[in-house]
Amino acid sequence: MKRQSLYQKACWLANDIQVLFIRSLKHIYKNYDQLLGLTIQPIMFMLLFRYVLGGAILVEEGTYINFLMAGILVQGVAFGSLTTSYSIAMDLQRGIIDRLKTLPITSWAVMMGHVAGDLVRNTLQAVIIIFMGLLVGFHPSASVPDWAVIVVLVFLFTLAVSWMAAIMGLAAKTLESVSWIGFLVMFPLTFASAAFVPTKTMPPVLRTFAENQPVTHIVEAIRALTLGKSAGHHLWFALVWCMAIIIISIPVAAYLFRRHGGK
Amino acid sequence: MREYAIEIENLKKSFKKLAVLKGVNLTVKPGEVFTLLGPNGAGKTTIIRILSTLLKPDSGKIIVNGYNLKTQPQEIRQSIGLTGQYTAVDEYLTGLENLEMMGRLYHLSRSEIKQRVPILLEQFDLMEAARRPVKNYSGGMRRKLDLAAGLIASPPIVFLDEPTSSLDPRSRLAVWEIIKNLVSEGITVFLTTQHLEEADTLADRVAVINGGRIIADDTPERLKNLVGKERLELVFKTSEDFARALTIIKGSELYHDQKTNTVSLAVERGVIDIQEILNRMEKARIQVETLTLRKPTLDDVFMHFTGRKAEEEEGLKV
Repeated sequence: MKRQSLYQKACWLANDIQVLFIRSLKHIYKNYDQLLGLTIQPIMFMLLFRYVLGGAILVEEGTYINFLMAGILVQGVAFGSLTTSYSIAMDLQRGIIDRLKTLPITSWAVMMGHVAGDLVRNTLQAVIIIFMGLLVGFHPSASVPDWAVIVVLVFLFTLAVSWMAAIMGLAAKTLESVSWIGFLVMFPLTFASAAFVPTKTMPPVLRTFAENQPVTHIVEAIRALTLGKSAGHHLWFALVWCMAIIIISIPVAAYLFRRHGGK
Repeated sequence: MREYAIEIENLKKSFKKLAVLKGVNLTVKPGEVFTLLGPNGAGKTTIIRILSTLLKPDSGKIIVNGYNLKTQPQEIRQSIGLTGQYTAVDEYLTGLENLEMMGRLYHLSRSEIKQRVPILLEQFDLMEAARRPVKNYSGGMRRKLDLAAGLIASPPIVFLDEPTSSLDPRSRLAVWEIIKNLVSEGITVFLTTQHLEEADTLADRVAVINGGRIIADDTPERLKNLVGKERLELVFKTSEDFARALTIIKGSELYHDQKTNTVSLAVERGVIDIQEILNRMEKARIQVETLTLRKPTLDDVFMHFTGRKAEEEEGLKV
């Protein structure tokens, strides 16, 4: 066998990631039910809060829908990224990951493929949510650079949650457990936050948690930006949180991935 | 040409405290169909997972296609194709897309993929279904696609882990046909099965594994001759009749099961033997409830070597 040069190896890694990314993209449009489901849920939440609950929620300034949009967007992304859990658990159960591991490839490229697929899916989902928001009275006043920062934040948040989701997918014993594990993690993170209501009225312990956890910082940063205000310290906290989660999750996911099959 | 395609020397593997492989020695010659025969939990899948680099052995020397498992796993991956127990194909992609994806992951060139994919689709009778998503495939079609995916890079060695499990008889025959074709292309096939008949149909050599040890390693003909080409099974109405029959019936490879009042033995002369036995039963006024002439099974082989049936070892499925 020829000795592989470093350049050759890099080319192959790029090839492997590309192939598995294309696979994930194909899943998006061949399994459009999933995208539909992932998009309908946040839209229903948006309508629920906008028309049913929103009237009873007091925000300091502006309309409630302008307050709400950032929360809906971030929650949609958070739950959307859980697709990675499901895809990885499915690949494990179906023996696809086993098969990939017997190929001459860098096998964790399959996780990269799923996470990259999440980025595309979440972007599509976010665009649809924002569009629906505009229909029900969302009125952003963000400038073009503000939007650029929002896009970066959504991307980073997607990466962070997707890698967390990868860990959950690798740790889950069954496909059924994937959905409740994801729910158990995402539900408190998104609801015990400033996503839907101001944190001021929460009891002290909950409020302390809500005001310092990553989702709140990301929501507050995006909210300020959509309203054309400065995101202030929330932006930096959001960036640091996302980077920290990404930096910690990737090696953990890689470790769990390697360990699988060698149990 | 090297002497062996696969060499396994004193392979041991435990999961936590449970010893699954207790010192396995095997060699497989290039171009032969080698069958590992054994019940669930005997360690078949564990051996395949180790040989295909999915699992690290605790100890032992393993050479696959001339490469050492310890130091050259990547080279081994280039030389093998694996079809596991579960059909590992992508549900949402079409058959064609699945094969193309596998080709690209084996780092074949685009022209190689273009050339190889239609050949495989043709060979596996999947041409018509090539552009349909796999989720609409039948079990047999999935299995065939799965086999094709493992062959895309024309590997010299193919591992098939129970390739016909959960297939209907017709698909089973189709898969057997495919495996026979592989041999004619000079590919070394290492397959596992629970069925003696399958080993007999396909294999040049059969190793019987039980409780993590190889208990027999021979040609299927000789293995079958050990337990009789055909076996007669008699079930008696009452335990008294069963006990009396036992004292009367003489034959080679005779086994009995008290729980079910069953006696089974090898019959070399077919109908003549059956007639003789029935005559004796009638003379002794022993009532035979059912009588079956059947092909030997894994159970018979196990009775021969271990004195008991091939029992599944619970909780060993890995």
